Amino acid sequence: MLTISDKTFTSRLFTGTGKFSSSEIMRQALDASESQMVTVALRRIDLNDPGDDIMKVLDRNKFFFLPNTSGARDAEEAIRLANMARASGGGHWLKLEVTPDPRTLLPDPVETLKATEALVKDGFVVLPYMNADPILALRLQDAGAAAVMPLGAPIGTNQGLLTKDQIAIIIAQAQVPVVVDAGLGAPSHAALAMEMGADAVLVNTAIAVAGDPVKMAMAFAKAVIAGRLAFTAGLGPQSIDASASSPETGLGFLHR
Amino acid sequence: MKFSPPHFDTLCQQIQACTAHDVEQALLAHTLGIKDVAALLSPAAAPYLQQMAARSQKITQQRFGRVIQIYAPVYLSNFCTNSCAYCGFAAENKIKRRALSIGDVAQEIDILAQRGFSHILLVSGEAPKMMGVDYFEEVALLMRDRFASVSIEVQPLSQEEYSRLFNAGITSVAVYQETYDRKTYDKVHLKGKKCDYDFRLDTPARAAAAGMREVGIGALLGLSDWRAEGLALALHLAWLRKKFWRTGLTVSFPRLRPAAGNFKPLIPVSETDLSQLIFALRLFDHDVGLLLSTREEARYRDGMLGLGPTRYSAGSCTAPGGYAHPDISGEQFAVDDNRSITEVCTAIHSKGFDPVRKDWDPVFQTQLNAF
Repeated sequence: MLTISDKTFTSRLFTGTGKFSSSEIMRQALDASESQMVTVALRRIDLNDPGDDIMKVLDRNKFFFLPNTSGARDAEEAIRLANMARASGGGHWLKLEVTPDPRTLLPDPVETLKATEALVKDGFVVLPYMNADPILALRLQDAGAAAVMPLGAPIGTNQGLLTKDQIAIIIAQAQVPVVVDAGLGAPSHAALAMEMGADAVLVNTAIAVAGDPVKMAMAFAKAVIAGRLAFTAGLGPQSIDASASSPETGLGFLHR
Repeated sequence: MKFSPPHFDTLCQQIQACTAHDVEQALLAHTLGIKDVAALLSPAAAPYLQQMAARSQKITQQRFGRVIQIYAPVYLSNFCTNSCAYCGFAAENKIKRRALSIGDVAQEIDILAQRGFSHILLVSGEAPKMMGVDYFEEVALLMRDRFASVSIEVQPLSQEEYSRLFNAGITSVAVYQETYDRKTYDKVHLKGKKCDYDFRLDTPARAAAAGMREVGIGALLGLSDWRAEGLALALHLAWLRKKFWRTGLTVSFPRLRPAAGNFKPLIPVSETDLSQLIFALRLFDHDVGLLLSTREEARYRDGMLGLGPTRYSAGSCTAPGGYAHPDISGEQFAVDDNRSITEVCTAIHSKGFDPVRKDWDPVFQTQLNAF
């Protein structure tokens, strides 16, 4: 079981809702992923419209709704969006995204920290999207972030865990859950993050743009379970020397 | 420092000098430089159109997903003090002139809201005394809370004026150079403020400096060598990216359409040419929004879905007041895709894409803390 703030989750795969070919395919893929936490860009939905194409297929009894501030250029805009979402019944949980460069969509560390501090004080449960910077993770944790969400690679690139070594440090130091977000392009990437001890992963593009998004969602679900199982089982040590599984150490001559 | 592209003839020569080997190198490159774009725009790239399309498709779908953003233009006025040889609004053309009052605008946007549009592009002829920044500001304030985003395509303004409009809720500015070929530019812009090539060229920078979320550039295809226009667009894009890294960028590819005045394209641009240009720019800039308007016919727009363009207009009327009072007299140009928004969305769905009607929120630009 994964606990973030006051909520527990049996699935450690979080999913996104962008880039799907239709809201129906999105719904089927989310079902297949068995995810319990789904993030939705506030820019993409109208919380006041019961006919909104995403919200009407997103069963909020089944999925915990995590609005995100995708598109915000600075802390002020992100805070404004968060307040709008809360006022419109979007709840007080927030995936904080502050990405001033529309090209790389990399998160701004200064504005992310500033927004986290303000939103936590204002009663939000904040899960900030961040670059894989171990010191920033600690600063966000100290500011009251409920989890930290370091990127594996720039968002939407499907390049995998390019930041593996930095994420390992973040996992080792964190006292809040670490959710690897962005850049995971294949189930094997997600499994690797989980084997390393990440508490969860968030996947969107790799599922949405797959040839068969539903099948890919299932593959990610299984990979996350396998990775977590491997982590809890404890991976064997790595070595550059060969090591036989049935050792012949040549010590049979010893009297025991 | 202002954007200053090389002489247009130099761009033409650079493109014409490219070989099949240059094209193959460009297709292998992970990140394309200007030399690579020149190769992809060159006649030598013609046999490689299929490969370019495949790569453009892959990049577009990875970056933008299986979605197409839908928008509609609202024509505010067809009064114009310029005399541009190719434009239906040109001052000397005898067309029915109309400028929408704020009440007229309200009628137009009510209709578009009912039809489900969230992204609106406001378009106007250039008549600054009649349609100045005060008017655009009033229109912006009228629309800001009802639409996800409101863009403008009007006369070039100053940075201060763009700031005012940004604060009133305008999210982006589109301003097309029409042609980067100075010689042709002087030939087709016969009278009015638009004759100032350099002021127009610097307009995207002023809009970006004013904080606009997005700036759109483009060239009117049919005025000069489309290949060199493409290379100039790539240079302009790259310059804007470096200088204004916070600003989103889009490119439009309007081909000349029949309009009052009966101007004939100086250099015809075929669908194959247009496709080569779109693919080349997508390969050069993976993140730029690419617009394909109703100037193009339905068959071509449907065929291009997923291959590069990311935004489609739909159900467009290019005459002021044309949604409330359908009447094509006074239009800027004849549209070639006359389908309704529902028909366009159905076509997009049937090709396996999601027509996205809302992908922004006015709250990003709300100035007062209303919560």
